[in-house]
Amino acid sequence: MDFLRFLLGCLKIIIKGGRVYYSCLFFLLILIVWGAFGYFGQLQNGLITTNMRDSVSWGFYIGNFTFLVGVAAAAVMLVIPAYIYNWKPIKEIVIFGEILAICAVIMCLSFIMVDIGNPLKFWHMLPFVGTMNFPSSILSWDFFVLSIYFLINLIVVVYLLYTHFYKKEYKKSIIIPLVLLSIPAAIAIHTVTAFLYNALPARPFWNSALLAPRFLTTAFCSGPAILLLLFQVLRKTTKFEIKDEAIFRIAELMVYSMFIYLFFTIAELFKEFYSDTEHIIYWKYLLFGVAKNREIAIYSWASIIMGTTAFLLFLIPTTRKNFLTLNIGAVLIYFSVYFEKGITLIIPGFTPDVIGQFYFYIPSETEIRTAVMIFSAGALLFTFISKIAIAILFEGFSFESVRKK
Amino acid sequence: MQNNEKNNSRRNFLKKLPVLALGTAALASCNSQEIEEFLQQNFKTLSKEEKDEIVKNLEKKYYEKYGKKFKVSDKPATEGILFGYGLDLSRCIGCRRCVYACVKENNQSRDPQIHWIQVLQMEKEKGIDFAHSTVHYNPETVPEPGHFYLPVACQQCRNPQCITVCPTKATWQEEDGIVVVDYNWCIGCRYCMAACPYGARHFNWGEPNIPLEEINPETHYLGNRPRPKGVVEKCTFCVQRVREGKYPSCVEICPVGARKFDNLLDPESEIRYILENKRVLVLKEELNTQPKFYYFFGV
Repeated sequence: MDFLRFLLGCLKIIIKGGRVYYSCLFFLLILIVWGAFGYFGQLQNGLITTNMRDSVSWGFYIGNFTFLVGVAAAAVMLVIPAYIYNWKPIKEIVIFGEILAICAVIMCLSFIMVDIGNPLKFWHMLPFVGTMNFPSSILSWDFFVLSIYFLINLIVVVYLLYTHFYKKEYKKSIIIPLVLLSIPAAIAIHTVTAFLYNALPARPFWNSALLAPRFLTTAFCSGPAILLLLFQVLRKTTKFEIKDEAIFRIAELMVYSMFIYLFFTIAELFKEFYSDTEHIIYWKYLLFGVAKNREIAIYSWASIIMGTTAFLLFLIPTTRKNFLTLNIGAVLIYFSVYFEKGITLIIPGFTPDVIGQFYFYIPSETEIRTAVMIFSAGALLFTFISKIAIAILFEGFSFESVRKK
Repeated sequence: MQNNEKNNSRRNFLKKLPVLALGTAALASCNSQEIEEFLQQNFKTLSKEEKDEIVKNLEKKYYEKYGKKFKVSDKPATEGILFGYGLDLSRCIGCRRCVYACVKENNQSRDPQIHWIQVLQMEKEKGIDFAHSTVHYNPETVPEPGHFYLPVACQQCRNPQCITVCPTKATWQEEDGIVVVDYNWCIGCRYCMAACPYGARHFNWGEPNIPLEEINPETHYLGNRPRPKGVVEKCTFCVQRVREGKYPSCVEICPVGARKFDNLLDPESEIRYILENKRVLVLKEELNTQPKFYYFFGV
């Protein structure tokens, strides 16, 4: 009975909100419906409605998948500094980080599902019911670590909220090992995703040992950027308390991460341009375009400029400790990483293709609409779960409050 | 309280009714064959009886769809045979007859267009150089001065990356060395296409279209049978022909005799003669894929 009442209570929480909240929901719903109609066309006619073809056989979907793995990973990696510096609301940081991770993993899997030609046959890659190619295929590894990561986060969040809901003390012997396990799991999901591309000798653009380290450093920028903004919103609207110092510290950690990323990229660029082998062609397409085809160059320069600006804003103490410039920096670095992972990482790997032929790819309307659908649905899910979590943590939504009614 | 609970469960059941009804309707709308096909296991793991049953059902299905009597073979590899291919670069004139013979023999989609063989036009001065090659050459007559031609299809590697990366084991190497795909098992993730260094794998981006009168009904389950949309396909050395002792259709059509095909394990075979007496090369040998497709200069 309590569970039913809990569900009813959740429903009430979700629909309770001001005008701003409702217009946000409405906006997201419109985007979901608009996107779903695009995706419906793809379901009917096949992936031919995308702009992917044999030469560029992965595109925008896989890019978004990669980006979101980073978001999922980084949200939890924020738990490390939270422990080390003993930030006060550690439990809340863990909860919101892991809720973000849960939603990001769901979005990741959605991007895989819309990318494959036969989504209904997905079960073929599961163990026992299908024939999973484990351990040989990195994709099966990726699925494996993503599932484990998802489960750990789900258990931690549900358990923490459950105990809070029943006003019990949570058992540290359950939570601490799981949270500690989720940290290497977070590193694992992004590393394995990098390995997905990294160990394909057919694609020289990805065949660099720096790919996985670069993935981790960008993840440490994009994930915390979201949480940094979220914490400020929570601080303003709920009883959630986080000190300015903790937020500045997150920003400081992001600077280190950005610096390492910058260094890795320069190392990669030096190696490619100084050796000047025929593999330079991918980098030339990335940065300058080939002939008049500069589709990707626009995004890579946008990413570079936004990333560098964010780096400077976060590096200089006065702008780092000013909330306006800090937030501008967070938004810039988020989109810088999004362009980098979503667009400029995957597509140049296929341009030119393995036999030297050029096919210039940009996402089709179907691809953009499908991506909008997944992002909006993910944002909606994140809003709902966060709202319930806020109610339980700060607004006294508990077994007593639901029984009273 | 109890009454209340009962009420609740009834209400719950009522709530679930539309879902149940929808589910049943969805199940009823697909026939038993579709369900059976959906639940079909990986072809490689099936017994001889199960394979025969599937093949029989497919023949029926294709007859209904195309109005032609189909033969779907599941003939396995013969022991003591390992197929190898030789292509004489000094003879090839780039006429692309092999491309279209292959399309016809192997029921490749005409629109959207799929070509298992890609002929690259290369500059004589640059040698074998993919970066300066093109598949889009279109002169009145071939060969064009200053150019030579290099057809690429599946290199039938001994160490195939595509098989390593496939998450579902939907593609594998047969005993006679042919790399095949189970089109019913492929989920269409295209990881193999990212991994293949030769661009040999092709995806059915849309529903494949073949003019009815041009369909080849002599097929093999792992080869040229009609494919659904959303799966990957590739050259199989014409598995439906070579396991019956015939040449692949590209070998048969080649007007200049540039294409050679034989058993690598037979010391008297043509391909072994080429390996012994001509100097051969394989594409991208540095990737250690170890192709069984050899290029050579015959004259």
